[in-house]
Amino acid sequence: MTWRIVVGLKKNVKDARGERVRREIIDHLNIDLPKVQTLDVYTVDATLSSTEVEQVAAGPFTDPVIQEYAINQPLASDFDMLIEVGFRPGVTDNTGRTAGEAIQYLTGRPFATGEAVYTSTQYLFSGLTDKRVAEEIAANFLANGLIQYWTILSRDELDPQVGVPVTVPKVVSDKAPTVRSLSLQISDEELLDISRQGMLALNLNEMHKIKNHIADPQVVAERQKVGLGDQLTDVELEALAQTWSEHCKHKIFSAKIEYEDENGNFQLIDSLFKTYIVGATEKVRENLGDKDFCLSVFKDNAGVIEFNRDWSIVFKVETHNSPSALDPYGGALTGIVGVNRDGMGTGMGARLIFNTDVFCFASPFLDKELPPRLLHPRRIFEGVVEGVEHGGNKSGIPTINGSLVFDDRFAGKPLVYCGTAALMPRLLNGQPCHEKEVLVGDHIVMTGGKIGKDGIHGATFSSEELHAGSPVTAVQIGDPITQRKMFDFLLIARDRGLYNSITDNGAGGLSSSVGEMAEDTGGFELHLDRAPLKYPGLQPWEILISEAQERMTLAVPADKLDAFIGLATEMDVEATDLGIFTDSGYFHCLYEGETVSYLSMDFVHEGVPQLVIPAKWEPKKLQEPDFAQPADLTDELQQLLSRLNICSKESVVRRYDHEVQAGTVIKPLVGVANDGPSDAAVFRPLLDSFEGVVVAHGLCPNYSDIDTYHMMACAIDEGLRNYVAVGGDIDHVAGLDNFCWCDPVESAKTPDGRYKAAQLVRANQALYDYCVAYSVPLISGKDSMKNDYQIGDNKISIPPTVLFSVIGKIDDVCKAVSMDVKQPGDRVYLLGTTSDELGGSEYYARHGELGSQVPQVDAEQALLRYQTLNRAQQQGLIASCHDLSDGGLGVALAESAFAGGFGIQTELSYVDVAAPVREDKLLFSESQSRLLVTVRAEDEESFETLFAGQSCCCIGQVITQPELIINGLHGQSLIKVPIENLKQAWQAPLREM
Amino acid sequence: MARTVKAIVISGNGTNCEDAVAHACRLVGATADIVHISELLGGRVKLEDYHFLHLVGGFLDGDDLGSAKAGANRLLHARVAGDVEPLATRMKEFIAAGKLVMGVCNGFQLLVKMGLLPAIDGHFEQTCTLTNNDHGRFENRWSWLKVDSDSPCVYTKGLNGLYLPIRHGEGKFVTDCPETLHQLENDHLTVLKYADRDLHPTLEFPDNPNGSQNAIAGICDPTGRVFGLMPHPEAFTHRTHHPRWTRETLPDEGMGLLLYRNAINFIKKELL
Repeated sequence: MTWRIVVGLKKNVKDARGERVRREIIDHLNIDLPKVQTLDVYTVDATLSSTEVEQVAAGPFTDPVIQEYAINQPLASDFDMLIEVGFRPGVTDNTGRTAGEAIQYLTGRPFATGEAVYTSTQYLFSGLTDKRVAEEIAANFLANGLIQYWTILSRDELDPQVGVPVTVPKVVSDKAPTVRSLSLQISDEELLDISRQGMLALNLNEMHKIKNHIADPQVVAERQKVGLGDQLTDVELEALAQTWSEHCKHKIFSAKIEYEDENGNFQLIDSLFKTYIVGATEKVRENLGDKDFCLSVFKDNAGVIEFNRDWSIVFKVETHNSPSALDPYGGALTGIVGVNRDGMGTGMGARLIFNTDVFCFASPFLDKELPPRLLHPRRIFEGVVEGVEHGGNKSGIPTINGSLVFDDRFAGKPLVYCGTAALMPRLLNGQPCHEKEVLVGDHIVMTGGKIGKDGIHGATFSSEELHAGSPVTAVQIGDPITQRKMFDFLLIARDRGLYNSITDNGAGGLSSSVGEMAEDTGGFELHLDRAPLKYPGLQPWEILISEAQERMTLAVPADKLDAFIGLATEMDVEATDLGIFTDSGYFHCLYEGETVSYLSMDFVHEGVPQLVIPAKWEPKKLQEPDFAQPADLTDELQQLLSRLNICSKESVVRRYDHEVQAGTVIKPLVGVANDGPSDAAVFRPLLDSFEGVVVAHGLCPNYSDIDTYHMMACAIDEGLRNYVAVGGDIDHVAGLDNFCWCDPVESAKTPDGRYKAAQLVRANQALYDYCVAYSVPLISGKDSMKNDYQIGDNKISIPPTVLFSVIGKIDDVCKAVSMDVKQPGDRVYLLGTTSDELGGSEYYARHGELGSQVPQVDAEQALLRYQTLNRAQQQGLIASCHDLSDGGLGVALAESAFAGGFGIQTELSYVDVAAPVREDKLLFSESQSRLLVTVRAEDEESFETLFAGQSCCCIGQVITQPELIINGLHGQSLIKVPIENLKQAWQAPLREM
Repeated sequence: MARTVKAIVISGNGTNCEDAVAHACRLVGATADIVHISELLGGRVKLEDYHFLHLVGGFLDGDDLGSAKAGANRLLHARVAGDVEPLATRMKEFIAAGKLVMGVCNGFQLLVKMGLLPAIDGHFEQTCTLTNNDHGRFENRWSWLKVDSDSPCVYTKGLNGLYLPIRHGEGKFVTDCPETLHQLENDHLTVLKYADRDLHPTLEFPDNPNGSQNAIAGICDPTGRVFGLMPHPEAFTHRTHHPRWTRETLPDEGMGLLLYRNAINFIKKELL
C-alpha cells in the first residue's frame, strides 16, 4: 500500500524556508502574501507494517525537537490555499532516494523491485484565495512544469480525512524493448524528416553520408554475418547522431572556413581548432623548450600541467547553457557535477580541489515581456546560483573563483560556465598518472548511477537553438552524493591499480564514453541489456545514449574484475560489467544476445563530413560618442560602482563554500571587513606544503560589438592580469578557452552568418597571437556554438563571448598579495599607460553609448610588467595589488580603498598617458594591462628601481581620512567622497539576491 | 611502545573535511587514520582501538532528510558485520570509556541528532537540534566566538575567544524546551557563542550568522569530552587560513589548533 507521511514544523518554530519563499514571491512576482508555511511530504510506495511506518515517520523523517508528522491524513491547518509540488515520473528525486535508504536501514529489509519513496513539498499560503494567482505562483515560481507537477487546493477543498490525494509518480511502461530498422534509400525530404523528428540534428550532407555507407555492398555483407542487413537500426542512427553532433564533434571549429578580411584578402582555414588553438599551444611549447610544463593537452577530458616534482594539476571548464535555460537549477547542478567528472575522468583519475563558476545573465531586474519558453532572468539567476551551490557544496569542493556578467541579450540563452581543478600524482604505481590505455580484453565497467531516460538527446539538443520543441528529457538533476561516493571509491580503486582506463559519461552517454575509449583497441562488444536501469521500459537505443548523471566508464582487466566490483559493492557504489573492449574494428552493441549495432569504428569516428563555412569581416562603422565631461564625477563613479557588471557579488559568494578542504589562501572576499573583491584565488592543495595553485579568468563580451579580435586579446590579458595581481607566476601559467557563440553558419535563419563566422575567426586569430606572445599554452577548452533563441520571427543571439581561464602556480603562498590597501602612508602606483580607449566600456554603456575605440593590448610591454611585478612580489615589496578592468582607474581606486578601510588621495595629472586624455576618460578608460599597486614608503626606492624604464607612476598615497580624494589635471578637486558611500553604492544592487 | 594518541576520522557518504581534520590532529602530535564508514560497518576497523573519534563536516546523504538525519539513522540502525549491535552502541561505549568525541558542523549535527549531545543526565535522547539558518540560506563567513571559561569542556581549557569560519545552511541551534536551554546554560555546557568583535554574545546577523538560541555555536556533554560545534577549527591551523592574513600580524599557528592540542593533552594525561 501507499503511505503518505507529511512532516511540518511545530507551532512557534520559525519556518525560515517558508519565509524565504514569501520574500522571493514578492521579488519575483510582486505578490505580497502575509504568510507562507512549508511541509515535506513523503509518498512511500512500499510494503511496510503500520508500526514500521510509524517508526519511519518518527525516526529519520522527523526532527522531534522542531517537527511533527501525520500519516495518511493532512497536517495542514491555518491557511487559505495549498500548493503541492512534486516531481514528474522519472525525474531524479534525491531526497526520495535517501528516504528509501533510510527505511531499508530501519527495517533491515531491502526494497522489492519497484518500491520507492517520492517526495513533494506543500506550500501553505495565507491571504491567497484566487486560484489564478495560485496557478501563477505555482507555474512561475514554485515549480518548473518540465520536471514538476503541482496540485492546488483551497482550504475548503482539502479533505480533512485524507488530505491531498496520493500521487505516485512512478514510471510505468508496458513497451517491450524493440529495435526498429530504417531504410535510408529514401528522398532527401524524408531523410531530413527522420533527423528532425528524431531530434538528431543531422544535416542532409550527413544523412547522405550515412545513406551511402549503409548502401555499400561490402558493408551489407559484413552486417549480414551478425544478423543485420541493409537497413540501419535505430541504435546505430542514434549513436551516429550523438557522435557526430556539434556538441561532441565540434564541427564548426573543425570546419573549412573561407575567410575574407576587410581588404578583400581570402584565406582558407582548415579547422580553427587545429590552426589557432592547437597551433598556438604547439608554438608556445616549442618556445618553452625544456621549460615546457604541459603534460597532457586536448586529448583527454581535461588538460594536465606540472605542479611540482610529485604532483600535477588538472583543469577543465565546461558550459551548460541550454539545460540551464530550460531548468536553471538542474541545468547548473548537472553542469558542476558534470565538469567534476571531467577532472576525475582525466588520465587515471584525480582528486578534485576546487570549482570555478562564471555566469552571464540578463539583468535580474529586467522589466519587459519575454517571448515564449524563456524564463525570467531573475529565476534563472536564482536557480543557477542554487544549482551550483548544491553541486559544489555537497561535493565538498570549494568554489573559489568566478564572476557574474550581465547583458540583456543573455535573456535568449544564459551562459553557465563551470570549472574544476584537480590534483593527481605525477606517477601512479610507477606509470605517468596522466596517461591511460585500454587493452584488448578489458571489461567495460560502468559505475555510479543507474540509467533512465534523463538527458536523452542532450548532446543533439545543445547543438541547436532553443525552440518550441526543445525536449524535456534534456533536463536532468544531478546527485552530488552518489557521485561523491563513487569518487571516494574510484580513488581507492585507482591507487590499488584496479583499472587501465577511465572516462566520464557526459554528452552521448555510453555511446560516447565506450566509443571513445574503444579507439585504443579498435572495437568493443557492449551488452545493453546488462545495464542497471532506474525503471523498466527503456529501449536499447535509449540505454546507449542516455545522459543519466553520476556515471563513469572504466576498462577493468579480467583479473581485477572481482576486486573492482567487490570494493564497489562494499562502498555502496553501483558497478556493472557491460562487455569487453575488442580489436574487431566494430562499434558492436547487443541486446539479449542479438546484435543491435554493427558500425565500423572508422565510420563512426572519422565519417562525419567536414563543414564549409563562409566568413566575411566588415568592420562596423562606429563612432565615438560626443558628450561633454559630466560636472559631477563623484556621482558618475557611484553610478558605475552600482552597475551590475561592477557591483559586489558578495550575496552569491557567501552561498558557496569557498574554504572547504582548508586550502583557500586568497579568498574571493578580502580586506578589513572581509568584503573586498579579490582579483583571483590562491589555493594550497597539499596541507603540508606552501606551494599554491592560482586561478583567474577574463571575459569581456562588451567589446565583441566592436571587434572580437580585441575582445579576445582583452580577455586573455584580463585573465593574466588578475592572475599576476595575487602573485601567480607568469612563467608557469596555462590557459583554457571556452567559446560561446551565436550560430555562425549562414542560413535562412542566420542571414548574418558570414559576419558572425568572421567574428569567430578574428577571436581565434587573437587567441593565437596573444597566447604565443604571452607564452601561455592552451591545455583544454570547449565551445558552445548555438546560443540563440528562435521562436517564430523572434530571435535573440548572445554577444560572442569567450571565457579565458588561467591556472598556474605560486611557489610560496605566503608571498601572495591581496587587493585591499594596507596602511596610511603607503604609496599608490599605477602600472601601465592609460589611453582614450572607452569603446565598449561600462562608462559609455552607462551613457547609452558603444563608442569605437576598443582597448588594445600591447603584450610585449604587459609581459615585462607582469614579470617585474612577480619579482617585486617575491621581494615582498607589494602591499596590495588590484587589476583595472570594468570602470577603469576610478573603480579600482574606490575598491582598493574601501576594501582596506582607508582613504586614497591621488592626482590625475600624474597618470601616464600616451596622449592627452579628458579627466572623465582618464578615470574610466578600460585600457588593458594596468594594475594599481600600493607600496610601503620604505620600499618606494626598491620598487621604483625594479620598474625603471617602464610605465610606473606614483599617483598618490593611502591616507587615514576615510575618503577617496581625486584631484584633476589642474590640481582642482574632482572627487572627494567618503569611502563608505562608495562601498554602499557598490554593495547595494545585489545585496538582497 | 611510544605512547601515541590515536585519532580516527570517519569518512564516506558525503563527508568532506576528513583530510583537514586528520591534518590538524597530526599537527598536534596525534596519529590520525581516515577510515571509511564501510570499514567500520564491515567490522575490519574497531572504534575501541582509538582514543579520539572525529565526526567531520560535509553533507551526509546530502542532508536530504534534514542535516545529518539520514546519517544518524544509519549509525543507529545499520548492523556491523559480526556484531549484534549497531555502531551507535559502540560509540556510547567509547564515550563511557572516557574517550573523546569531536563533531564539527555536519558532525555536530550528527551527534545532536543521534542524542549523543548534550546527553544531559546521561540520557542519549535528542533534546536539541540544528536547523535552517534564519535567513534560509547556506552561509560561509568567519565568526567570533566567546568561550565559556567555566565549561567542563576539555577542548577549550584556557581559552577566552576564537575566530573561525562557519559554512552551513542548517546551523541554528534550538532546544526542545526552555528547561533544556536553562540546564545547558546552568551546567556551562554551552561552550561557544557567536559574538561581536568584543566577544559579547549576540543574536544579531551577521555576527550571529544563523539566529541560534542564546547565540549558541557549540556545546559539550556533562563530561566535557564530547564536543560539537558548527564553526570549523580544522580550517584555521595556519595564519594563511585567516581571511586577513595579508594585513594583520598573526602567529604562524592558527587558533583552531588550540582545541586539538587541548584534547591531545587531556588524552595523554588521562588515557595513556
